Amino acid sequence: MKTVIDSYIREEMFPHIWCPGCGNGIVLGAIIRAIDDLKWDKDKIVAVSGIGCSSRITGYVDFCTMNTIHGRALPFATGIKMANPDLKVIVVMGDGDCSAIGGNHFIHAARRNIDLTAIIINNMIYGMTGGQYSPLTPTGKFGSTAPYGNIDQSFDLVELATAAGASYVARGTVYNPRQSASLIKKALDKKGFSVVEIISDCPVSYGKMNKMKSPVDMLKWIKDIAVSKKVWEGLSPDEKKEKYAVGEFLNKDRPDYTARYKEIIKKAQEMGGNK
Amino acid sequence: MKQKKILEVYQNNLVKISVRREWCKSCGICIEFCPKDVLVPDDQGKPIPKNIDACIKCGLCELRCPDFAITVEGVEGKDE
Amino acid sequence: MNKLKGNIKLLQGNEACVEGAILAGVRFFAGYPITPSSEIAEGMARRLPRLGGKFVQMEDEIASMAAVIGASVVGLKSLTATSGPGMCLKQENLGFAITNEIPCVVVNAQRGGPSTGLPTKPSQGDMMQARWGTHGDHPIIALAPSTVNEILTLTIKAFNFSEKYRIPVILLLDEVIAHMREKVEIPAPEDVEIVNRKKPTIPPEEYLPFKPDEDGIPPMANFGEGYRYHITGLIHNYKGLPTSNSQEIDAFIRRLHNKIQKNIKDILIYEEYLLEDADTALIAYGSVVRAAERTVKLARKEGLKVGLLKLLTIWPFCFEEVNRLAQQVDLIIVPEMNLGQIVLEVERAAQGKCRVVPYGRVDGELINPIEILGKVQEEKNNEDCN
Repeated sequence: MKTVIDSYIREEMFPHIWCPGCGNGIVLGAIIRAIDDLKWDKDKIVAVSGIGCSSRITGYVDFCTMNTIHGRALPFATGIKMANPDLKVIVVMGDGDCSAIGGNHFIHAARRNIDLTAIIINNMIYGMTGGQYSPLTPTGKFGSTAPYGNIDQSFDLVELATAAGASYVARGTVYNPRQSASLIKKALDKKGFSVVEIISDCPVSYGKMNKMKSPVDMLKWIKDIAVSKKVWEGLSPDEKKEKYAVGEFLNKDRPDYTARYKEIIKKAQEMGGNK
Repeated sequence: MKQKKILEVYQNNLVKISVRREWCKSCGICIEFCPKDVLVPDDQGKPIPKNIDACIKCGLCELRCPDFAITVEGVEGKDE
Repeated sequence: MNKLKGNIKLLQGNEACVEGAILAGVRFFAGYPITPSSEIAEGMARRLPRLGGKFVQMEDEIASMAAVIGASVVGLKSLTATSGPGMCLKQENLGFAITNEIPCVVVNAQRGGPSTGLPTKPSQGDMMQARWGTHGDHPIIALAPSTVNEILTLTIKAFNFSEKYRIPVILLLDEVIAHMREKVEIPAPEDVEIVNRKKPTIPPEEYLPFKPDEDGIPPMANFGEGYRYHITGLIHNYKGLPTSNSQEIDAFIRRLHNKIQKNIKDILIYEEYLLEDADTALIAYGSVVRAAERTVKLARKEGLKVGLLKLLTIWPFCFEEVNRLAQQVDLIIVPEMNLGQIVLEVERAAQGKCRVVPYGRVDGELINPIEILGKVQEEKNNEDCN
């Protein structure tokens, strides 16, 4: 029996390197199912990632894939998309990858509104390096470099992406993979810069340091902190600190960067000259 | 080099549940969050659909499995 | 200089780089504003869209290098240009391009440093950075033109080498030749030798993206053309997938070096000027060549047998050629706008067979012919005293 997943993965790479219960695999499944729904040509899909546990995703899927350097997946993807706008370019990043070292690229990809889909697997920690706190670690939580609790204020990626100019912004969780797959599908299908943050679990680093011993404990926690937009709106500011709104937050149409550059090419060619 | 797939297939008249034991890492997610308590852990913590007749084919175990180690299908001819 | 059919233009060095890149077939540029290389970005922004190419000003130097690599993987000949501070930022991505054998050209219009240094003054302080700037044990190709015309020809060479050997090529300018204007002979496109990357001839299911042909270079499929494969900064096997097999790792790193070393005769470009009977040699590169040539003429007038070895390829280094020269002459002087970088390679290559003397200047001014001549005379006198 061949499952949907089987027809998109590099089977020789399995079982994957991720720890038991790691959400990366759940997100990978959601991405594959979304792509399968869209019936895209595998030859025309490029998946780009940076560095970190989540970035290993690109090694597992049978597309043109690129596991680049830490934080820079989006500019690599920008070059790819600019060079061939017919390619479907998906960028998978972790929270540290996207919002710390890659934070500048994230806001500028959104500002350009370049037609890429950024999927951020937010496990709220640097997993691969051993559980250091990231810009998305909630205040008060623990990390290996926040042994007394994290005093940083975390980014809200949804607000950040919206303010920076993205076309589509959504948030899902690994607890609800069906919703996540449907948000990812919409994001993939959206022209312009689309962002889906998936709240995920890192049982061995985040969980262990924050009193959630097992993957099951972590998923229960994620179930608890994720609320619909409607519920979120009814919460008090204090209650909001402990919760994450989940769903679609932005879906608007404006020309993406490659379309606008096409206009530049037209204009330059009409003007002519060789200086 | 290729991983040999060791599939364990459990089936009743309506549903077929397959477990790819080589890929399963015994995280327990499928067992814990099954809405009908179909699955129980074996001695290695891997799922066994002991209560397969209760399965409603919601597929949540398959969607939530981080390791692509469990699949649920309708039995041919009997599905929907 | 060869007679070319092309037209003659007065061009700035950075403009000549743009012309050369276009002749070479560049179709993508990503960059970030920085003195003294910005005119290359400006020229590209004007010219590329007319050719259906793409220009993008990225949010920083790191992103520019990343975008260039991305575009090259899709099949476009890609260029970025910067100066020392930007070059520092590009290093990690440069390593990525080296390890994944992705062709691209990086211009470093050198200015005084370290740090912000002297943005509008020339320097040759980044010669060793060009060789060893990115981490890990790696090969590189770096070229250094000394005239505006050579900027054009070496820009074309840089693209050809990068495509042929699947390696980033660094073009080392300095502020003076980047900004000066000189007569340039622009060849007709049909007179320009163009090398394009070798593509796979086998079907996708048989393609191993990092399996080298006999020449040590793997054919490169562009993303989107039906060959699906993985590119990773991790050390990888023939399939492009990460490996921890020590034999595969060793073979991979050695091959990266060997593909350059085995083809060194093709890659080395240098010119000899009045070296046949010389007992003293100057070895120079970049804008210092201009002064050194003049020094040779002045010295000859005074009866001194001085010649010049002009390096156009800096990395890999022309070890054998310098070694031969060291057996011929008594003295090699290496004038450079730093306190001794390439002179270290010259010393290594000379293996003690002649005296090797550095002559460095780091005050942001060009080295002039008279001071090199003074150095020649001083060293000759020292010899006589000994």
